[in-house]
Amino acid sequence: MDITEVSTSQDGKGKKGKKAKKKSAEVDGEGSAVEEKKMVKSELAVAFPPTFSVSEIKNKQRRHFMFMKLKQEKRKQKMQLRKKRRKEREALGDKAPPKEVPKTIENQRVYDETTVDPEDEEIAFDEGTDEFSAYFNGLTNPKVLITTSDRPRGRTVRFCEQLATVIPNAHVYYRRGLALKRIIPQCVARNFTYLMVINEDRQVPNGMVLCHLPNGPTAHFKVSSVRLRKEMKRRGKNPTEHYPEVILNNFTTRLGHTIGRLFAALFPQEPHFVGRQVATFHNQRDFIFFRFHRYIFKNEKKVGIQELGPRFTLKLRSLQKGTFDSKYGEYEWVMKRHEMEACRRKFQL
Amino acid sequence: MGDRSRLCSVWLGSETGILKGVSLSRKQAFNFCNTSHLSRDQEVRALCWGDAAESELLVGCVDATVKTFSVEKGAFTESRRCGDPAEGCFSGLAALGGGALVTCAESGVLRVWREEGGDEPVTQLDAGKNVCRMRQSPTNPNKVATGGKENGLKIWDLQRPEQPAFSAKNLRDDWLDLRRPYWVRDMAFIPDSDKVVTCTGYHQVHVFDPSSPQKRPVLEAEYGEYPLTALSLTPDGTAVAVGNTQGHIALLDLRKGVVRGCLKGLAGGVRGLQCHASQPLVASCGLDRFLRIHSLEDRKLQHKVYLKSRLNCLLLASQDLQEGGATSGEAESEVKEEEDEGDDVWDAMERVEERQKRKTTEDKDTRKKRKKAQD
Repeated sequence: MDITEVSTSQDGKGKKGKKAKKKSAEVDGEGSAVEEKKMVKSELAVAFPPTFSVSEIKNKQRRHFMFMKLKQEKRKQKMQLRKKRRKEREALGDKAPPKEVPKTIENQRVYDETTVDPEDEEIAFDEGTDEFSAYFNGLTNPKVLITTSDRPRGRTVRFCEQLATVIPNAHVYYRRGLALKRIIPQCVARNFTYLMVINEDRQVPNGMVLCHLPNGPTAHFKVSSVRLRKEMKRRGKNPTEHYPEVILNNFTTRLGHTIGRLFAALFPQEPHFVGRQVATFHNQRDFIFFRFHRYIFKNEKKVGIQELGPRFTLKLRSLQKGTFDSKYGEYEWVMKRHEMEACRRKFQL
Repeated sequence: MGDRSRLCSVWLGSETGILKGVSLSRKQAFNFCNTSHLSRDQEVRALCWGDAAESELLVGCVDATVKTFSVEKGAFTESRRCGDPAEGCFSGLAALGGGALVTCAESGVLRVWREEGGDEPVTQLDAGKNVCRMRQSPTNPNKVATGGKENGLKIWDLQRPEQPAFSAKNLRDDWLDLRRPYWVRDMAFIPDSDKVVTCTGYHQVHVFDPSSPQKRPVLEAEYGEYPLTALSLTPDGTAVAVGNTQGHIALLDLRKGVVRGCLKGLAGGVRGLQCHASQPLVASCGLDRFLRIHSLEDRKLQHKVYLKSRLNCLLLASQDLQEGGATSGEAESEVKEEEDEGDDVWDAMERVEERQKRKTTEDKDTRKKRKKAQD
């Protein structure tokens, strides 16, 4: 048994040792052949310098103590290395090599061939004649209907109300158990350009269907981390009736462009700059973060911002061509989790 | 233009009205249109070959015109008006011999046009409302099939346009005695038989056999839970590839109606699907703006081409897809040689294996016998 333990200490892993023990225990009766193997192992152990592993210590207190010591040592080494590097930089002065850019999964992003080139004629034509072109040509003004899933509870109701203060010209209606496919023609008849449905699960808003009227497209989002105005720290006074400005960040691919246009068409085209309010849709790693701020120019250099709320995060689940028809509609894009999310550095928006 | 168009082996019609050609050997895609006159009226809805030599393409647009594209010249040579835009866009387009062509609109008006006939159609027949697709039989060009929403499969003989040669019956009522809805989305003629396979908007695949007295499907299979939009038979005709609105493509075996395998990688709904006539390849296009080519053997993605517009229809040339026209012959012969060699090796191995198997079985038998004897 001693010999097996030696072998484990050189491995540095507990598992192998255990297996070896089991084997030896099982095969003990058979004898000589196994012992020869052990001898081979011990010879190998001699060949490598013995290493010390904290996890080998059996006394828990002592193991803990040694582990803390190890950690401290490592930390010390790291700090020393850093100091050394900084000194070198200072010594070199201007000639110092440029700092390395840290690797993030965004700057390691896999190349996406659908990234939109702003000079591309074909895409420009496609976007110029799509369903949102009426809004971008200034022919229609947005009018939004906000409703919920059936029997909304407190949080969802408040979320809808606050959304209606953010989006100008929005009307919140109680769902009354109506089918969406029957609501849509009525909305079109009343000149609504958007139908927004907040879905709720266990009293928490968790989904959003955003349907552009009169002829699509329809996007389905997952909603998470909703923070209502009351729950926010250091928030400003309630927003005013002014039309906010809209910031769309990082919508680069063809799908991202469509989603960006979908959000842009939610707000009236000419913002009231007097209101100094900004709605931001920031896309990062396919999550769309919504924030609503009020800004102020303190002097030529400084700008102050104040969050007004609510804040929430969206993630695109599917984009469907045409108005809401989840069963028979044709999907332009569907999130397929294990196919599309296999690569962490591949982004869709 | 002519040089470029001769290279192309895959042709696609897009929603923006651009005809696209893709050359897989060179990994290039070309647009064939004048970019100054882009308009959504020219959205391509149907594509087919104008002649057997595949030198002309017929392009059916939304504004009820059929344009002829010459592959040799690489330009549109002719444009003729076939019907009225108010009748709905084309659901099918096919060429008869001698410059005649068959068009079918969504309203169900099926017309045969002669080249010199001018504006008047030679024959006209009504295939019922909401026709989703019209397809021509590959063996008999006078035989076409139509089908649509609440409009069962009908097979027409264009020489006798008064009556359909075969019209399918709706499915039997379900166990609650309710009528089953009916929505044919696409169909194909199975080679070497009269049978026709259809896929429906209620995610079923049906096989009809006009030669038998049964007018209901002889085989019924289901795939997924979303409407099937496109279908294509594999070259040997034993399996069918179907695609649905969510971008799932599956190969269904036509003998039992079970799924043989799924093709992965699509993001949006399938609009066009076609298997290559000789190679084990299947091309798909759709709303996600990609042309994807999968291998039918290992179901892996072979090519993926981004084409910037939503794609409506797809047409493969019968030549070798991967190679250029000239080199294809050599490559084939090489492959054949390799195959022969492989066969020899396998023959040799099989014999040896058989012997071994016999031995092992014998051994087992003898062991068993011994055991029995011991018992």
